[in-house]
Amino acid sequence: MTSKGAVETDTSTAPTGKPVVFRGKGFKPVPRPWVGVAVFIVLLAIAEWGTRSGWISALTLPRPSDVLLTFIELFESGLLFKHLLPSLSRLFVGATLGAVAGILVGVLIGLFSYVRAGAVPVVAAIFPIPKIALLPLFVIWFGIGEGSKYALIAFGTFTPTVVATFGAVDNVDRSLIRMGQSFGLGWFSIVRKIVLPGAMPGILSGLRISLAIAIILLVAAEMLGAEYGIGAYILQAGSLYDLERLFVGVLILSLLGVLLSFAIGRLEKQLLKWRV
Amino acid sequence: MDIQLQNIGHHYGDLSILDDISLSIPNGKIVCIVGPSGCGKSTLLRFIGGLEEPSSGSVIQLGTPAADCLNPLTYIFQDFALLPWRSVYDNISLVLEDHKLTKQSIRQIVDDVLGRTGLTDFAKALPKQLSGGMKQRVAIARALAVNPAVLLMDEPLSALDSQTRELLMNDLVGLWLRTPFTAVYVTHNLAEAVRLGHRIVVLSRRPGKIRKIIDIDLPLQARDTEHPLLVEHQKELWELLRDEAIAADGELLRV
Repeated sequence: MTSKGAVETDTSTAPTGKPVVFRGKGFKPVPRPWVGVAVFIVLLAIAEWGTRSGWISALTLPRPSDVLLTFIELFESGLLFKHLLPSLSRLFVGATLGAVAGILVGVLIGLFSYVRAGAVPVVAAIFPIPKIALLPLFVIWFGIGEGSKYALIAFGTFTPTVVATFGAVDNVDRSLIRMGQSFGLGWFSIVRKIVLPGAMPGILSGLRISLAIAIILLVAAEMLGAEYGIGAYILQAGSLYDLERLFVGVLILSLLGVLLSFAIGRLEKQLLKWRV
Repeated sequence: MDIQLQNIGHHYGDLSILDDISLSIPNGKIVCIVGPSGCGKSTLLRFIGGLEEPSSGSVIQLGTPAADCLNPLTYIFQDFALLPWRSVYDNISLVLEDHKLTKQSIRQIVDDVLGRTGLTDFAKALPKQLSGGMKQRVAIARALAVNPAVLLMDEPLSALDSQTRELLMNDLVGLWLRTPFTAVYVTHNLAEAVRLGHRIVVLSRRPGKIRKIIDIDLPLQARDTEHPLLVEHQKELWELLRDEAIAADGELLRV
């Protein structure tokens, strides 16, 4: 009886009360996958429409459809791969050299106090130098051929990789290292099985930045004595104010960046499955 | 293997942490160290296992550990300290890989300790898939794998909820009853101390000194939380610690 009465009172008071207002909304990113694509399409559509109707002059901005035609032309003439392949090999060799050396030095800085004390100021001194300014130096050291191009890209990816890597090593959970020590694991075992896997997330996110820098430097590296290459193609088009070709080159670089970032994303998924 | 602490003292700079601690840890017994927070009990445990060096005094091992003992002084940590990128199986095999053991004998040892801790079905799981209690079971299994002479437990149940804590406490008691081991168990939980400890060492607040040593003769299998003798001891411990805890609580931290 009493419990039934209580239920009745509950329902009878409900309509007279005021519902609590929900105020926990917002401030949380929600995935909206197609918005990015839509923004691209809208921007391109505006450019196309503007250049066709004439309120954007052909000198200000190339017509997107013309850029596309130029790209198809480049592809059909076979010149695309003639430009792309040397660029890719420069990018690959340079970035690999720089990243491998960077990870190595970064890990050494993270592990040894003397290396840290000696190398961190040097890295801090090298980091802000615009590597392009050193191009003549690289030409003297490595010749005008591929060597100087590799060196420029390697040098540019080296410093950010070092900084990211030793930061990542510093951030490895100390309690895990202490656990390793408490079980009598050897020094090399601790480095290989605890420090390196623990630093992997930081190293990979550093690699993302380093590879973007490598693409930026590719154009600079091809400023000197390169006949073929995306960078050379862009510079050539730029000096002729051939905006369509300039945009084609920029588009290729941009796609390259997206592809590399995607590749690292896959690598992260594979290597960092264990992350919460 | 017995452990003897001789006149251990420690200070960071001019801040004294521990003062003249002498204590013996007899073979096959569990010694619990209780004290207010910041009294240096975890630091003391790190001295016993050689993870830190005391400013004065020394820790002495009496006797030699068994021949098949791979790591005489073995820790179980409060935060489990499992490698998140290794499966349960690989977390345990980690501590065996550096010893000259064949793949088969490693598998044998790991399978054995997984069985003893009831983890056989979880061998392939990653730590992120496990509950807190399961994680600590893995850490216990890992410690058992090296067949330690002395287990050093640093608040092993503090990160768990109270129901899980009760279950793991039963597991620990069960493991000890099956094969008695020597252990030092640091805790701030007095119920845990009277449940598990053959000897309870009460430390004062900083600088930590031994205030009292209580021996409980009641065998572990006869102990349950309601036992009048244990209730009595727990009350006595609380009397000893209350003022210390109040004073420690009111102190400014010096970091």
